Amino acid sequence: MDFLGRVYDWFADGQNWSGNSGIPNRLIEHLQLTLVAMLIALVIAFPIGLVLGHTRRGGNVAVNVSNIGRAIPSFALLVLGAQLWGIGEIEGMSKAALLALIALAIPPIITNTYVGMSQVDESIRDSAKGVGMRSTQRMLRVELPIALPLVFAGIRISALQVVATATLAAVVASGGLGRFIVDGIAVRDFPKVFAGALLVAALALTIEGVLALGQRVMVSDGLRAEGPRAVRQPGLEAQGSMLLVEAGSIPNREEAP
Amino acid sequence: MSHLATVLADGDPWVRWSWVADHGDVIMGALREHIVLTVQAVLLGLVVAVPVSLAAVRWRWLQAPAFSLAGILYTIPSLALFAILVPWTGLSHTTALIPLASYTLFILTRNIVTGLEGVPPAVKDAADGMGYGPTARLVKVELPLALPSIMAGIRLATISTIGLVTVTALIGLGGLGQLINDGLTRDFRTPLVIGSVLSVLLAIVADVLLLGVQRVATPWTRAGR
Repeated sequence: MDFLGRVYDWFADGQNWSGNSGIPNRLIEHLQLTLVAMLIALVIAFPIGLVLGHTRRGGNVAVNVSNIGRAIPSFALLVLGAQLWGIGEIEGMSKAALLALIALAIPPIITNTYVGMSQVDESIRDSAKGVGMRSTQRMLRVELPIALPLVFAGIRISALQVVATATLAAVVASGGLGRFIVDGIAVRDFPKVFAGALLVAALALTIEGVLALGQRVMVSDGLRAEGPRAVRQPGLEAQGSMLLVEAGSIPNREEAP
Repeated sequence: MSHLATVLADGDPWVRWSWVADHGDVIMGALREHIVLTVQAVLLGLVVAVPVSLAAVRWRWLQAPAFSLAGILYTIPSLALFAILVPWTGLSHTTALIPLASYTLFILTRNIVTGLEGVPPAVKDAADGMGYGPTARLVKVELPLALPSIMAGIRLATISTIGLVTVTALIGLGGLGQLINDGLTRDFRTPLVIGSVLSVLLAIVADVLLLGVQRVATPWTRAGR
């Protein structure tokens, strides 16, 4: 098809590989924005989810945060962010985009970490107490490893949203691969739009793949859903893919005696 | 660049109610288009997801490829998926609908399969014993029992679709995203705020409505409590 030929030509054009608006620089901008937003979100959200889940307190807050977060369209958050925080830059990254991405990334991490930690079986928690482990030890050395698949699921959901929204950030004057799509649509240069879309899709799939690999390496073999020693919790898929937590599915631990 | 700063310094109010009063038809039109796109996307998603899920329950080897494919589609950012279709379907309704429906597949197939596989074997045996054929057992016993999980999937799919529909404004389609985009390009806060707030409200209303449908459709889940 002629169109794909023009897309090929776009990729073959040396101009698109150099300078500020070249593919390498746009890719770096996209990665930088994604990584910085994810790291800041993790630093904020992970300890909150960890402690809430370990103490089994504030479950409603932890779950509702993510439900409210889901109802707010990321596009709206981005544009509102640009109004609230202006279009200033931090270290070359759009401030509005960065803050919106952090805000988007926090809820799934809190919720999934909370759910993962709070669903650790009572008998396991008791055994850890019985062998004389202190609260912090139990949290980090017993509960966290068991909760890890869900913690990772949360991180993957967040990363997915952040990569996608970093693409949209192009509309509020941010860099990143979204520029090819947004600028291309503006001048109806569809080969450029298509090429940008391919780059974004490839990046998102790569990041998801890397995180899935990281999860495989870090999660204990005994927790895998497949295999002879599979631990399968009803309704909670401990296996790789992303868990979508529903408000109604969270047992209310506070009611337990 | 400095223009936005000026607007902020001037203290442009977040909502100018006179604009809202004058543009009621624009706002209602955007809301209607938003609802239409959402409903079409979720229905189209269901039309694909139900047979795929039934097949994946019947032939388990289908689950891994079906979930993986839905997962890959789900992973591709929305703006990119819209953009990939633009050369073929133009800046059209179809270009918006196909990605929106594809995204629901990930949630729907997973929840339908989980729901159906959660039906206790004893219940299926009982249905067989009472003389249900495979189709009758599916329709009258298994699907109703899987309904809470299926409805949870539909609710989740609907809420995320409502959020994603706003992005379709970037390929020139209507919906509440058009108001947000309008506010962005004109540095005018009112449509931006109205579009965002209505989108959130729509998500909440849709969720409550679907929860109501679920309650009505599964009376036994409340019996005996």
